[in-house]
Amino acid sequence: MNKDYPSDHIVSFKTNTFVWLALLLLLGITISVSKMRLLGEYSVLAALLIASAKTALVLAFFMHLKYEGRFLKRLIFLAIAALTMIIALTFADVWYR
Amino acid sequence: MGKMFNTISGKQIDSQGKKIGMWFFLYTEILFFGGMFLLYSVFRSKYPMDFHFAATEESIVLGSINTAILLTSSFFIALSISAIKRGEKRLSSCLQLATMVLGFAFLVIKYFEWNAKIMKGIYPDSAVLLQKSKGTILFFGLYYVMTGIHGLHVLIGIIVISFMLYWTVKEKVTRANYARLENTGLYWHFVDIVWIYLFPLFYLIT
Repeated sequence: MNKDYPSDHIVSFKTNTFVWLALLLLLGITISVSKMRLLGEYSVLAALLIASAKTALVLAFFMHLKYEGRFLKRLIFLAIAALTMIIALTFADVWYR
Repeated sequence: MGKMFNTISGKQIDSQGKKIGMWFFLYTEILFFGGMFLLYSVFRSKYPMDFHFAATEESIVLGSINTAILLTSSFFIALSISAIKRGEKRLSSCLQLATMVLGFAFLVIKYFEWNAKIMKGIYPDSAVLLQKSKGTILFFGLYYVMTGIHGLHVLIGIIVISFMLYWTVKEKVTRANYARLENTGLYWHFVDIVWIYLFPLFYLIT
């Protein structure tokens, strides 16, 4: 398969169902982690990491990115990198002002 | 080599181009919501305790139910796209309808959440809220703006899916020409992802 062009890949009902169950499992985990208050100051980080895991699942399977060509994958990387840079630069200003 | 064009009665349809256009729109949406997340992060780091206590005002139960609803609605629209690609028009239509129903349920729960807070006098510029600390005012300001704009996106999504449903029934969206439905799915999943971050930031991190 040529990597620059997308396939007409159909995500199977089975794969979609597994992804959905994984998302609900992650939701359960993030709720219980925050209720148990085990992690203290790391709870924010844990919640955001779990949210990012959910996002990765949605992007890869529901949004079909896993099966797309290099072009779209690089562009999404660029968008996320731009947002990360904006946040990092702003905090560099806010923290050391 | 992968297929660049679908052809319907001799007319070329550039479904890849349509999809790239949709992704470009979503990149602008990432930065649009990103700006609000940036504001949230900066103010949270400035007023950590205010944000901590203000977030206890939110109902984790309703927030969790709404998260499950949106995740499931994303699952349904993903299935509806798989179904149309297999030529299963009826199944695809039902799944699109189910997605709309779940989106609507999300908005109804959101209405009750907002309503409960407004009844307590917590809304932007209210006398009750203005007496609270700076961080609390900022938390609820961000809460109303971010969940409000997100809710607007859900509403727009429901309207767009209703068009897709109509076109699927009328066979304008078919096995050979599903780019519109696919792009609608991308939009719906994006709105889901925004909520995936809003939920921990406003409900869980207390």
